[in-house]
Amino acid sequence: MTDQSKIRNFCIIAHIDHGKSTLADRIIEMTGLLTEREMQSQVLDNMDLERERGITIKSQAVRIIYRGKDGEEYIFNLIDTPGHVDFNYEVSRSLAACDGAILVVDAAQGIEAQTLANVYMALDHDLDVIPVINKIDLPSADPERVINEIEDVIGLEAQDAPQISAKVGLNIEGVLEQIVEKIPAPCGDPDAPLKALIFDSIYDPYKGVIVFCRLMDGCVKKGTKIRMMATGFKAEVVEVGYFGAGQFIPCEELTAGMVGYITASIKNVRDTRVGDTVTDDENPCAEALPGYKKVNPMVYCGLYPADGSKYGDLRDALEKLQLNDASLFYEPETSVALGFGFRCGFLGLLHLEIIQERLEREYNLDLVTTAPSVIYKVYKTNGEVIDLTNPTNLPDPSEIEFMEEPMVNAEIMVTTEFIGAIMDLCQERRGQYGGMDYMEETRALLKYKLPLNEIIYDFFDALKSRSRGYASLDYELCGYERSELVKLDILVNREEVDALSFIVHGETAYERGRRMCEKLKEEIPRQLFEIPIQAAIGSKIIARETVKAMRKDVLAKCYGGDITRKKKLLEKQKEGKKRMRQVGNVEIPQKAFMSVLKLDDK
Amino acid sequence: MREKTLMPLEIYVHIPFCIRKCDYCDFLSGPGDRTRQEAYIKALLHEIRSLPHIPNHEVVSLFFGGGTPSLLDACLIEEIISNLKEKFLFSPEAEISLEANPGTLMKEKLKVYRKAGVNRLSIGLQSADNEELNALGRIHTFEEFLEGYFLAREEGFFNINVDLMCAIPGQSYEGWIRNLRTAAELKPEHISAYSLIIEEGTPFAQRKLELPDEDTEYRMYEDTEKVLREYGFHQYEISNYAKNGFECLHNLGYWKRTEYLGLGLGAASLLAGMRFSNTRDMEEYLACSRNAEQIRKDVQLLTKREEMEEFMFLGLRMTKGIREGDFMACFGVSLRERYGAVLDKYRKTGFMEYEDGYWRFTRKGIHVSNVILAEFLAE
Repeated sequence: MTDQSKIRNFCIIAHIDHGKSTLADRIIEMTGLLTEREMQSQVLDNMDLERERGITIKSQAVRIIYRGKDGEEYIFNLIDTPGHVDFNYEVSRSLAACDGAILVVDAAQGIEAQTLANVYMALDHDLDVIPVINKIDLPSADPERVINEIEDVIGLEAQDAPQISAKVGLNIEGVLEQIVEKIPAPCGDPDAPLKALIFDSIYDPYKGVIVFCRLMDGCVKKGTKIRMMATGFKAEVVEVGYFGAGQFIPCEELTAGMVGYITASIKNVRDTRVGDTVTDDENPCAEALPGYKKVNPMVYCGLYPADGSKYGDLRDALEKLQLNDASLFYEPETSVALGFGFRCGFLGLLHLEIIQERLEREYNLDLVTTAPSVIYKVYKTNGEVIDLTNPTNLPDPSEIEFMEEPMVNAEIMVTTEFIGAIMDLCQERRGQYGGMDYMEETRALLKYKLPLNEIIYDFFDALKSRSRGYASLDYELCGYERSELVKLDILVNREEVDALSFIVHGETAYERGRRMCEKLKEEIPRQLFEIPIQAAIGSKIIARETVKAMRKDVLAKCYGGDITRKKKLLEKQKEGKKRMRQVGNVEIPQKAFMSVLKLDDK
Repeated sequence: MREKTLMPLEIYVHIPFCIRKCDYCDFLSGPGDRTRQEAYIKALLHEIRSLPHIPNHEVVSLFFGGGTPSLLDACLIEEIISNLKEKFLFSPEAEISLEANPGTLMKEKLKVYRKAGVNRLSIGLQSADNEELNALGRIHTFEEFLEGYFLAREEGFFNINVDLMCAIPGQSYEGWIRNLRTAAELKPEHISAYSLIIEEGTPFAQRKLELPDEDTEYRMYEDTEKVLREYGFHQYEISNYAKNGFECLHNLGYWKRTEYLGLGLGAASLLAGMRFSNTRDMEEYLACSRNAEQIRKDVQLLTKREEMEEFMFLGLRMTKGIREGDFMACFGVSLRERYGAVLDKYRKTGFMEYEDGYWRFTRKGIHVSNVILAEFLAE
């Protein structure tokens, strides 16, 4: 049995780009478990996509051995956490698997909204947080300021925080020693019934689901009959082990305090939900670990294959992605404009973008996406309540008593010069001001209560562009509020284009409708007839633009009987049409459906 | 009864030389000195002599295009024609056209052309405005054109085409109509009126040009027909207008898919259900033209589907349109069965019309013919 006093389970928390992955790499390097050859540039992020975006999508873990200055050998379990608000629940479960956290703060940029959110979450989980000041090699580094900020804003003692450069490998020793000194060793009861927290799971075609867990009490080994306490799913353990760098290393047993994996020929990640408690079915623990919840999609949109014949491919791809992503939801839907596709549910906008990119990149699919929607609650006059995920399904207004929309509490960190601009933005997005805290002289934390549907609609882009990239955002769902919502329809050549309908607040409907019409006017090429583009609420037209008819397109020259060349020109013309969607008589380019998702171009 | 068994054949001869390449031109042509020209004609004669026999055909038209065929020594043209006549059976009414540029037409040349059998001249005027001519990079003035034009009349050319170009950089609607009237008043038998198209790779494509806007271009095109009608011309094809009986047979042949044989550098052919083009590489042509079949490139045997497509997008260029019965006779499939949906769509919206067995563009349709023609291509 492993001596728990020599185990340190921790994670690294940081704002995007503050150097979390780089520090993780250095720690892994310094502990000497990996040869240079084994080192990929960033070991923890093993998906290409993650590396390109500089973010970590799925949490993973690695077990490393560190020989401390005291001569003792320590087992470090470094648990990686996703760094985005969409994956807050996953982050919270990863934190729950740790006993401490390293907080990485950029020596030049200081604390960001996301840093705060993650630190508070770590403190909520009773983790000991060790601040580390990174990037001190940058000319603009100002560690003293950042130390004061950490102490003032977060209230963490930071005077002895290691000042490091993960990039050049400076003072990583200092971090390792503090992990040994400051992060408490686990103190579970190895003789108690098995109680393990699932903090991630992945699907492997050979082993089935691989469950990542932290053992709180008891032990598990091959042959143990386990039970997931929330889902009730039972299985017999086939293998247990721990995490080498990028590989699974089987071992005899996992005991209290350890971090490792379990396989049990499980076919579906939905049976091994993050946050669930694994126990021994024959000797179960008295109660499950707290904090489990089933994560539900918050944002929905329609995904359609650009080429209708690829519907089957899209379905297969979604099925495969779902094997590894229990929070991805999809069901078939049909659009008059876009044909056969899927209504998909996501944890948030980033999750949506990641799935969309993976479908396009890994599965080579060309997609058309409809405007993302949140889940509205529709209270009907007959007492029925519907969760509405697709605007097209909104009942007739006469049947609607009232509607509610999801709200979020948002915290926006911004430098003082942009406070005005960001407050304007939040105001435009129907935000309710909830206060402002100054972090330091030049930076403030703005608090707003905002409708989620205003955030999923190009809010990030607007935030970045209005603060020249300096603002950062964090938010959490805080229930539903009654709201005057209307369905805005877009009519192209007097025909409603279902894929362009969306739900919007009555007050902003005019503005939104007007801008959508303007944008569509730019995107829809002229055709042989005049095309009115209208925005309507019910039967009332609130905005209109017109795409003028094409007047002249004559290919006059045809010389010396070079017919082949002429045909090529016509074929090119025809080819252009292929990328269009036929709605009534009008051909609408696929990118027009997407262009209306981003209208804030200030 | 002899005529009935003979199939019509057209011949196109490419002369890829000009004094100076115009700034908008993307044809296979360029300057060439006398030695080069002579070498080329020699190669061309080799090609003609090495041509395989094409039985049961009668040449109904011969067209010298370029470049500037009138740049050559007239006796070279004469030699080409006499070689062709040795090789092929010419119809007594064969139309023999030659493209000429103003400034290259001399009395002696014209006499030789007549003698050789050339009975139609196509003169590239492009504009009656010397500033516009200059802007196009043309080497001649309107006055030089007049001189050549009247000389040709004196020498007995009673079938003359004048090429005009609209939508020239800086050209106004009024300027175009003025050009048109000036040309029409000279009473040529035929006027070709093209819109300038900016082609990739030409000097024009690199310049920032002040081109007439779409509405102006629309009016230019729309009123060309009206103005020329006043002078007794009728439009018979998208860009061609003629006095009665003076439609260019050679051009019509392309739209009717008459078989044609292209000779010379880069020249295209339609023969025995195949399309092909001669090499565009001058050195290869000079070296290999003795073997007419070896220099043929991009040989494409047309499928029935492709032939149907061509029938439509070529035939519909003629204002008379295409005859339903011809389609049936050619393909054994009814036109409606094959293209009914597209035709009906455009008839309903007023872009096409059907009358006495013919499908054709309406005035409204002809302006946007390109968009519609593309729809006759298969998916």
